[in-house]
Amino acid sequence: MVKDEKKLLAEFQAKIDKGVKIEPKDWMPEHYRKQLIRMMSQHAHSEIVGMLPEGNWITRAPSLRRKAILLAKVQDEAGHGMYLYSAAETLGIDRTEMLEQLHTGKAKYSSIFNYPTLTWADIGAIGWLVDGAAIMNQTALAKGSYGPYSRAMVRICKEESFHNRQGYEIMCSLAFGTPEQKAMAQDALNRWWWPAIMMLGPSDDNSPNSAELMSWKVKMESNDSIRQRFIDRTVPQGDHIGLTFPDPLLKFNKETGHYEHGPINWEEFFNVVKGNGPCNKARLKARVDADKDGKWVREAAEAYAMKHTEKETLAA
Amino acid sequence: MEIHKALFEYCLRLADSSLILGQRLGEWCGHGPILEEDIALTNISLDFVGHATALLQYAAKVEGKGRTEDDLAYHRSEREFKNVLLVEQPNGDYAKTIARQFLFDTFQYYYYQALQESKDETLAALAQKSFKEITYHLRHSSQWVLRLGDGTAESHERIQNAINDLWMFTGDLFDMDEVDALLIKEGIAADPGQVKQKWNDHVAELFKKATLQMPAPTYMQRGSREGKHTEHLGYLLAEMQYLPRTFPDAKW
Repeated sequence: MVKDEKKLLAEFQAKIDKGVKIEPKDWMPEHYRKQLIRMMSQHAHSEIVGMLPEGNWITRAPSLRRKAILLAKVQDEAGHGMYLYSAAETLGIDRTEMLEQLHTGKAKYSSIFNYPTLTWADIGAIGWLVDGAAIMNQTALAKGSYGPYSRAMVRICKEESFHNRQGYEIMCSLAFGTPEQKAMAQDALNRWWWPAIMMLGPSDDNSPNSAELMSWKVKMESNDSIRQRFIDRTVPQGDHIGLTFPDPLLKFNKETGHYEHGPINWEEFFNVVKGNGPCNKARLKARVDADKDGKWVREAAEAYAMKHTEKETLAA
Repeated sequence: MEIHKALFEYCLRLADSSLILGQRLGEWCGHGPILEEDIALTNISLDFVGHATALLQYAAKVEGKGRTEDDLAYHRSEREFKNVLLVEQPNGDYAKTIARQFLFDTFQYYYYQALQESKDETLAALAQKSFKEITYHLRHSSQWVLRLGDGTAESHERIQNAINDLWMFTGDLFDMDEVDALLIKEGIAADPGQVKQKWNDHVAELFKKATLQMPAPTYMQRGSREGKHTEHLGYLLAEMQYLPRTFPDAKW
């Protein structure tokens, strides 16, 4: 048995090294399966919970065009969630079980959605910063070894880059708008910059990447490295529209070609992850309530489907 | 009444019904009973906002005073909105939302079917484009009326109560005034009178399949054509319009 497993593991590793994707019916180590279920379900939950802070502003979007774009965007997020739940189901867990883990607090979602969307500019900031950071992470994950997840990432990244552009476009309209609009944009950047930087995860000192997960191409790049790419890409965009980043130590290092930033408040990050963010309770409650209030609807659909199958069977 | 004034008014009525229902459905976003329905409701909301935008653009053009679709959506008050009373009713539970949707979708289906024959080329083209989406909306809400009506005892009771509560707003769908009369005569507007029987037959047929009772004839609420609404509309507009009204000089 042990020998077999060693052989299987060697074959598994060889496939990954050659860049062959692992597919649902292929043999895989249990730790690989578990890690992927954790990552994919967490990702799916983030899409679904992420609908709440943005959905917040659908009814208040300031023009018909903005309303339509926001509706389409939030609908995309729901679609990503559904797609990712289905991809995770290929690993032998079902959506109901994943949702139960979300509702009981066992499964996490991205901590960024525990911050409130206070003004319209926050919708711009989410698209620009939050989706921008997510893309950095997801383009790396698209090169991962698990076929269904990597293919989902390719597709999702395409839509996310549209989301990112629409967010930046909102920020541009505001930054070049009336003084009140510009102030709104600046305030949103002040509030979202640090959480966006933190959403890419703890720094490498606090998040030792398992060599195993790296060699299995589950984790593709370190948090700090992704964070650096995000900052390097985003700061010039903010400068371009005349907004100021809320970090007095942020400066470009000509020698390294990278931006350097001030210290990150990890105490805040870990508190938000633990449940002490401004909206943790409200977000989870909204999801739990939707599930509870929808129970009778799902039961009705099931009962109806059962009756119909029975009738059809009897008629046959 | 001049034709172009009547046409402006007529476009507002069509546009407002779509806009207000789109706004209501948007409230569901993130709170649907199942993920698939969250997606469906958001999608339908998006269709309605799209119809409304095209119709308000046309209304603005007909009016010829340099207003835009956003001016019309965001800078008119309660009494200037001309949507039918049914669509402004609050979402309630899922049964209420589905009942409201089915009653309106059925109306819009037959009404836009007729409107495709309009002598006004723009309206005919818009009706044609929307009709494909409306057909899908009606299929969606009809399926849910069946599931809820013929599902469990609880779902049956909920949807029957919702239908009973909303019934008094269905008469308003078919009301007529001089705007309708003039534009019907010109071959521009669809005749709600001709749609009523089809609406009634379809609703009755589906309710029967869904084991639901057609409500008894009741005293109907009216007034949408004069901009006389229920109390719910004011709150909806306050929420929808607050940003452009707070910053009237801003572009978004």
